[in-house]
Amino acid sequence: MANFFSDNKDLQFQLQHPLMRKIVELKERNFAEKDLYDYAPQDFEDAMDSYRRVLEITGEVCGDVIAPNAEGVDHEGPRVVNDHVEYASGTVRNLKAIVDAGLGGLTLPRKYDGLNFPLICFVMANEMVARADASFENIWGLQDCAETLNEFASEELKQKYLPLVSAGATCAMDLTEPDAGSDLGAVMLKATWSEEKQTWLLNGVKRFITNGDGDVSLVLARTEEGTTDARGLSMLVYDKRDGGVKVRRIENKLGIKGSPTCELVFTNAPAQLVGDRKMGLIKYVMSLMNAARLGIGAQSVGTCEAAYREALKYAHEREQFGKPIIQFAAVSEMLSNMKAKLQGVRALLYETARFVEVYKQYTHISHERSLEADERQEMKFYNRLADGFTPLVKLFSSEYANQLAYDAIQIHGGSGFMKDYPCERLYRDARIMNIYEGTSQLQVVAAINAVTKGTFMEQIESYAAGEYAAAMQPIIAKLKELTAKFTEMVAHVEAGDKEVGGFKDFHARRLVETAGHIIITYLLAREAGECEDYAASARIFCKLAEGKIGEAYTYVMSSTVEDVALFKGVEQEC
Amino acid sequence: MKENLKIVVLAKQVPDTRNVGKDAMTPEGTVNRSVLPAIFNPEDLNALEAALSLKDRLAGATVHVLTMGPQRAADIIRDAMFRGADGGYLLSGREFAGSDTLATSYALSCALKKINPDVIVAGRQAIDGDTAQVGPQVAEKLGLPQVTYAEEIVEIKADTLVVKRRLEHGTEVVECPVPVVITVNASAAECRPRNAKRVMTYKCALAKSEIAADPESAAAKRVASKPALQIVEWAAAEVNPDPEQLGLQGSPTKVKKIENVVFQAKEAKKLTAADSDIEALMVELIASHTLG
Repeated sequence: MANFFSDNKDLQFQLQHPLMRKIVELKERNFAEKDLYDYAPQDFEDAMDSYRRVLEITGEVCGDVIAPNAEGVDHEGPRVVNDHVEYASGTVRNLKAIVDAGLGGLTLPRKYDGLNFPLICFVMANEMVARADASFENIWGLQDCAETLNEFASEELKQKYLPLVSAGATCAMDLTEPDAGSDLGAVMLKATWSEEKQTWLLNGVKRFITNGDGDVSLVLARTEEGTTDARGLSMLVYDKRDGGVKVRRIENKLGIKGSPTCELVFTNAPAQLVGDRKMGLIKYVMSLMNAARLGIGAQSVGTCEAAYREALKYAHEREQFGKPIIQFAAVSEMLSNMKAKLQGVRALLYETARFVEVYKQYTHISHERSLEADERQEMKFYNRLADGFTPLVKLFSSEYANQLAYDAIQIHGGSGFMKDYPCERLYRDARIMNIYEGTSQLQVVAAINAVTKGTFMEQIESYAAGEYAAAMQPIIAKLKELTAKFTEMVAHVEAGDKEVGGFKDFHARRLVETAGHIIITYLLAREAGECEDYAASARIFCKLAEGKIGEAYTYVMSSTVEDVALFKGVEQEC
Repeated sequence: MKENLKIVVLAKQVPDTRNVGKDAMTPEGTVNRSVLPAIFNPEDLNALEAALSLKDRLAGATVHVLTMGPQRAADIIRDAMFRGADGGYLLSGREFAGSDTLATSYALSCALKKINPDVIVAGRQAIDGDTAQVGPQVAEKLGLPQVTYAEEIVEIKADTLVVKRRLEHGTEVVECPVPVVITVNASAAECRPRNAKRVMTYKCALAKSEIAADPESAAAKRVASKPALQIVEWAAAEVNPDPEQLGLQGSPTKVKKIENVVFQAKEAKKLTAADSDIEALMVELIASHTLG
């Protein structure tokens, strides 16, 4: 009888943001479908009511079905039977519940049987699913592949595939290969046009493919014979029912064991081209990756939520020296920091989701009609923010998922090291989150431009210009000090980089994290003005931010360009 | 099986007695309904699932929910529609107030005569009264065969249903003709979740008295333009009853006294297998009239 939406006030709070009105109006195109579909909303209030109700259903399925199955799924895992994946029995039950609840195609247009919900709702659903079972989030969350089809595929392909996803078909994105991991430009899987069959045929091997035996797969393949770089790659879509792909093996992993990570062998597998040739990596995978990074953000925040709750519950139950351990300062400090990080990174997640949402909706609208000048400008504005914030949220949330899972075990003491409590699974599951869909190191590479080109600074200034509650004034004053330090650090690093190339790369993570700490503190301070519940977390996070920024500032400001060579010295070691 | 099979689920809105606090009972010993959330009786949800799974297997079959209760009992009809039911009937009015199981089953049977279903499915019992009498009484009043403690409708044949029953020491499979009354056990399949699109479609479904209570609401206006959203509501007179058999006057059950019984484990007694210990126990049990 658990409900992961009703029991989570923070999540409900995030749904109330003022920008939702704009988002709903864009998404619903001013409620143009209200008389076309029985389930289309009549107005803003009606839409919000529907979102809440459907998120409640999702919360119930997560609490009553997916979470209770999680331990069994982790132990049982999927298997390969006759060249195909057979999910763990709990995963099968989860999928059935999700299909019965009609939660496929959450964001897809109604004409493809989707619910036409904003991305925010999908992110929330993802977060709740991950809190219940991170490995199941991998399978379910991949429905955002359908968004890529919706954005770039032909009408014919959309009509073929999108209703399948709405009905509960699972997806996969087949990108990586044995010799093409982070470097996707090296993909070799071959696509050749068959005049005889009037279709593309895929041949080759893919590796580390999450849910590789899904019903609908987006495949990055080399359509241009003789090329060796990104410009020869295209995106194709493969329907499992057509056959031609065998699962050679499933990886034996540390965590997210319920999610089948497959090695796939393609033998003349028929596939259709998505969008334009040669744009596979350059355009479509980039879009897919941004969506996937937001997905991992949601998965990470869900894991943070689960870890915090497990730790809090245990700290109340466990008694030592005659009292519950939560009454010991060392434990309550850990829990307070966990809560501040959880609420802070959730604020960042939904702020980012809103930016992505507005930008994406304008993109869709621009396919239907030409945008007005102010709309174009707004789209550009949110596009920049989305591009900067997406790697930021992936970086912070996945690192926090690891930190909170670590702390949850620490609070459990010796019991946490045993298989008896869920925190050990959370710890194993979290470990992949700062690796896949781009490691933390690569998120820094993606976000550093937002530091040096000023996107983060502009947004920080816009936050600084906002109004804050009286109780938050000391924090805002502190943030202004910290922002001045950030400016100093950026100037120091840019000057050094002009002198010796590589100085910026060397300090990139410290700069990106500094921006992130300032931004998250502002978001919490803003929330504290609307709801008392956030005041403590804002104050606690501000202390964390001050400590972290102080450390980064000391490191950066005492660093000279010689450090670049100093740290490259290790390359000579063998 | 005949075409367009008409299935009716008997359901009750009950106070959630599963997580009760200390104010769950009034000083007079009745259930304090105001502090307990009103929910779909759990075994009636099992019954709904049995009905829906029957509908899934039979093209043209329909599932409607019949409930007797105050206006707010329309909530469980909507809930059933969210999960797959086609619609519902709300039997409501002060004539029904104070009904015991006999009066309840009488009122329901009057409504059922009007609906004329082929299969009636009910939960075994409600968590507030725990009598398990209403389903069987309805069957008796309608002169229909009944299958109690059903766990699964295993097979659908030309004129009969094959039903598995959960009994104390195992299961029993029976075959019964339709029309029939089936009461479903908690061990049966759990009800499917509410479905997103159905929730958005039917959240505005309203019963007559709900519309009358707030005719200007957005939901009421929507029902006016979409008759499919109207939940059928019958007052007593509309089901042609004998008024003497309704409500309090039709209820021979009189509650004399209610006691709060607290189960608690008393101090345990350890016995060895020695004859003397067993004999001492026998003597004690006979003395307390537990045995013999």
